[in-house]
Amino acid sequence: MTTTFPQAPSLGKRPPRDLNPGLEPSDRIFHGSATMIGMFVLIMTGSIGVFLGYQSIPTLRHYGLSFFTQTSWQPELDKIGIAAVLVGTFEVALVAMVVAFPFALMLALFITDYAPKQIKSWLVSAVDLMAAVPSIIYGLWGFYLLQPHAINLARWLSQHFGWIPIFHVDTDPNAAVWQQSRYTSSAFIAGLAVSMMAIPLACAVMRAVFDQAPLGEREAAMALGGTRFGVARTVVFPFAKGGIIGGTMLALGRALGETAAVLIIVSPDFVIKPRILEAGSQTTSQLIAGNFGDATKSQLSALLTAGFVLFLITLLVNSVAAVVIRRSRSGAGTEI
Amino acid sequence: MSVRAKLSGSSTDNERGRKDTTGSGLANLRAPVLMDHSAATLEAIEVSAWFSGTKVLDDVSLSVPPASVTALIGPSGCGKSTFLRILNRMHESVLGAQLAGEVLLDGLDIYASGHRPTDVRKQIGMVFQKPNPFPSMSISDNVVAGLALTNIKIGKQDREDLVETCLTRAGLWNEVKDRLNRPGSALSGGQQQRLCIARALAVGPKVLLMDEPCSALDPTSTRRIEETIAELRTQITIVIVTHNMQQAARVSQRAAFFLAELGAPGGIVESGSTTQLFENPVDPRTEDYVNGRFG
Repeated sequence: MTTTFPQAPSLGKRPPRDLNPGLEPSDRIFHGSATMIGMFVLIMTGSIGVFLGYQSIPTLRHYGLSFFTQTSWQPELDKIGIAAVLVGTFEVALVAMVVAFPFALMLALFITDYAPKQIKSWLVSAVDLMAAVPSIIYGLWGFYLLQPHAINLARWLSQHFGWIPIFHVDTDPNAAVWQQSRYTSSAFIAGLAVSMMAIPLACAVMRAVFDQAPLGEREAAMALGGTRFGVARTVVFPFAKGGIIGGTMLALGRALGETAAVLIIVSPDFVIKPRILEAGSQTTSQLIAGNFGDATKSQLSALLTAGFVLFLITLLVNSVAAVVIRRSRSGAGTEI
Repeated sequence: MSVRAKLSGSSTDNERGRKDTTGSGLANLRAPVLMDHSAATLEAIEVSAWFSGTKVLDDVSLSVPPASVTALIGPSGCGKSTFLRILNRMHESVLGAQLAGEVLLDGLDIYASGHRPTDVRKQIGMVFQKPNPFPSMSISDNVVAGLALTNIKIGKQDREDLVETCLTRAGLWNEVKDRLNRPGSALSGGQQQRLCIARALAVGPKVLLMDEPCSALDPTSTRRIEETIAELRTQITIVIVTHNMQQAARVSQRAAFFLAELGAPGGIVESGSTTQLFENPVDPRTEDYVNGRFG
């Protein structure tokens, strides 16, 4: 094969040779099937996006921007919007992440740096099992086991931090007989249940990057008289920064889309409510799951539009997570 | 005003501030940030070591005089590095590591109950085979990393003085004084290794252990490190593991020859002054090794 390289005249009279030997037959089969499966995943994800986008056109054409500013969801009055739902979605996700982040971080550090060898493998399996529990179970757990206790914490928070708008509850927290029902079925309790699903995801990513922290640097910190926590602070955390952020965002993506647990716990309420401890909220996925059954054609389109918005938000969060992880030192070799 | 003068001034301030924390013996060095340049005697008595039940060192005794360089030589896998890591309790950080015997620092057993490994390591610093500066830190942050790690707070001026003193002692100051805020990982391999030496010196150790500090470096960088060792020798006790026989002859005053027979744990064949070990060895195995007949 003769190729000319005009930009490199100094190559001399022998041009570079063709170094592509071609694939072996077995490689060719594997290469082909792997490519097909890879493409299939891309096509699947892409087609979901295209389908949702296409279905959203009539709704967006009909309601325009008011779809994003209207809080109520009353198809019979032709008032449909996702403003309250989006706020609720982020509230639940925020509560979940505030709980899940420190928990996952400490759990991952304990597994990689503190736990004795025998306990370590048990813990890893336990955390993986946590991820495998169906979300409906977490919903039931949250509703029947967690809620009766969590409302006491909610009341305490509103007693002491009620002056911060998000912790305010529209009832007298100090009343002798306090209105327990004002504290149940809130975004706070749903967030706690969702955090149980976010923890294993964040923990798995963090654990993987903590384990990669270079032994040489760990030993250097130890030889300087550093404690285990000192080593974590100077070596492990700076090294794993990308993985910590990325893992957290991955878990956030999960928390944003969580359906079953939220559906069980939260009582629907279509107002923009910054009070996370107070009964009633609404998330996007809960809206879709709750209204899907008896929707007319136009309502279905509206629900799919809400789904499209959620899809885009999750896609954005996950993409940012992937970029953060890949750009960091620890994640240079990992893909999420 | 010279750096030394400034340092001695601030060091009395520091001393006054933490009078209550200073006790005797090992606890002593928890405090002094600005080193007193006191070298210590190190003595290993009948040390044996195991990894997961396999004996790797058998009954090793070695006395290291203060303010001198002691070289540990011997073929790969004979337990030199394990022995070195026993000297500052890094050995126990490996899973399944065990130990018998005593290591005395100025007469006090560093393995005695009640002595924390973190305190021992502050007094007996270590430089590793592969340069390992903290990549997320600047050059000056790397030098004082040991203080941050052990929660010792110092003023801005003291910090600057300490950075300059340690980098000067490690022979790196002139090369990096204009870029102290640049990342430590941007330096060349030899410079990184000297940065690691400066970092180890900053916590004020009485002994410095070096585990093949030049084996990853080019000849020029190796020579610079050897010069640094020669300059440090008067102020601090140094124990160096090396595979390079010429290097051992150049930098050390005393030497110990380690050997592990096939299937047996390692031990010291012979130790003594470097000149004697190289020119007039008692044991024929030592003679064979130093003359390059095996290993």
